Amino acid sequence: MLDEFMLLGMMPAAVVNGLMFGAIYALVALGLTLIYGVLHIINFAHGALLMLAMYAAFYLFRHFGIDPYFAIVFVVPASFVLGYALYRWGIGKLAHGKDENILLVTLGLAIVIENAAIFFFTADQQTITLSYSYDTVDLGFVFLSLPKVISFFASLFICLLLWLLISKTDLGRAIRAVAKERQGARLVGIDVEHIFAATYGIGIACLGAAGCLLLPSFYVDPFTGNIFVLVAFTIVVLGGMGSIVGALVGGFIIGVTESVGGLILGESLGQIGISLIFILILVLRPTGLFGAKS
Amino acid sequence: MLEIRGLEAGYGQVQILRGIDLDIAEGEIIAVLGSNGVGKSTLNNNICGLYKPFAGSIRFLGNDIIGQDPKDIVSGGLIQVPEGRRIFPNLSVLENLEIGSYRRGKSNRKKNLERMLDIFPRLRERLSQAAGTLSGGEQQMVAIGRGLMAEPKLLILDEPSLGLSPLLVEQMFDLIKSINEGGLSIVLVEQNVMQSLKLADRAYVIENGVVTLSGPAGELIENTELKKSYLGI
Ligand SMILES: Nc1ncnc2c1ncn2[C@@H]1O[C@H](COP(=O)(O)OP(=O)(O)OP(=O)(O)O)[C@@H](O)[C@H]1O
Ligand SMILES: [Mg+2]
Repeated sequence: MLDEFMLLGMMPAAVVNGLMFGAIYALVALGLTLIYGVLHIINFAHGALLMLAMYAAFYLFRHFGIDPYFAIVFVVPASFVLGYALYRWGIGKLAHGKDENILLVTLGLAIVIENAAIFFFTADQQTITLSYSYDTVDLGFVFLSLPKVISFFASLFICLLLWLLISKTDLGRAIRAVAKERQGARLVGIDVEHIFAATYGIGIACLGAAGCLLLPSFYVDPFTGNIFVLVAFTIVVLGGMGSIVGALVGGFIIGVTESVGGLILGESLGQIGISLIFILILVLRPTGLFGAKS
Repeated sequence: MLEIRGLEAGYGQVQILRGIDLDIAEGEIIAVLGSNGVGKSTLNNNICGLYKPFAGSIRFLGNDIIGQDPKDIVSGGLIQVPEGRRIFPNLSVLENLEIGSYRRGKSNRKKNLERMLDIFPRLRERLSQAAGTLSGGEQQMVAIGRGLMAEPKLLILDEPSLGLSPLLVEQMFDLIKSINEGGLSIVLVEQNVMQSLKLADRAYVIENGVVTLSGPAGELIENTELKKSYLGI
């Protein structure tokens, strides 16, 4: 009896904690869903590139004392440039326009990056401690760690920026245009290859941001990225492949599921809820919550 | 303003066009006629840089544009409204029109948008509707509007009347006429042979990859061979 009361009492805290992490999940998923929606490829290098971003933030902190939240200013543009260049002069060229080739190329890229990371960064888990790492925010019913709160709002803000970029700017229109009608895009003077690369770059820039936001509350090693990308895949399927709103909502749902599942079933079984959702979605609504019907 | 000489083009090993000569002067409207599969759209797409011709030359306003990127050809003011419309189904009507000035005419976007909505009042009520959900006729309006948003110097229209009801076809031809009278040069590719000939200044007939007949549209209307092959008279 007492146990159940305690569980109930801890529920709000679990939900809030889930939302905090969900926002960062959403950011990782956003990059994935954007790349899928426009390039029609599943970016298997996503986890490896997220890991690279985390290491970038880690070394900026260790060697230059740059706060990871401030490091966003460097890591995001650098990630964009890296993503753009990777696609324009690597993935795009190697793939010869065949989607199945792109898949293999991104998979190969992931393997190369991960092994290079083991070589250069070693396989040790690294963490950082900030002066405010253990500060908390009191919501009345729950204490939240300050870094998590900052990451939460920063993620939401970046999601909002991305949404504005995609829905309100010429670049965003071009990205959506290219997603559905490439020949038409060429005829209005859109440089399709440039837009492809820019889309990939933006997707990787999302990872850059996510990497910086994760570092204060998570360890990094050469395989960290995959933990998040596995979850991000679920979010993308849940939210609907290619849907930005879906990635955000899906991120929250998955974050809360994991957190509440962990509370009820224990930390190590919390992920079962995610798998259940994944299977349910595939059975009941394969296009996802916000996915296009056809 | 457009001067095509000995244009040969096709796909891979398959040659479709075997030496096309074609001219269009400033302010002119010409009709390009020919049966299905003869290579009219192939001609358009080679002019616009979507494909690279095998041989020949294409000069637009004095510049050789063969090998140029489609985006640079658009920058130069040569705009095609393609067969099958190729509008962006997932973008709203407004966005489809706006993106027409992605490369050209951006500074006049607002003004031109108003102009388009005066020409196509039906689109005004549907500005926020996804273009893919429009009727065929409305989609054609979006396609032409999108093309005009780029402030073209030369406009290529590939079968603008395709799939339109007879009344709409009539209106479409009137519209093309009035756009041309506004000073815009037009290449009109059409299946409606008689209507096109009435509208055009000159016409070209393509058969087996070459121009077999060309001249002032008025003369071609009287041409017995053309009547035989197109009207079965
Ligand atoms: N992308 C392509 N690859 C290979 N062959 C093509 C391609 N596009 C067109 N063709 C072929 O080229 C020939 C000419 O096609 P095109 O579309 O230019 O004809 P058209 O004169 O425009 O016909 P229609 O009046 O039916 O539109 C056809 O035989 C067609 O099958
Ligand atoms: Mg055609």
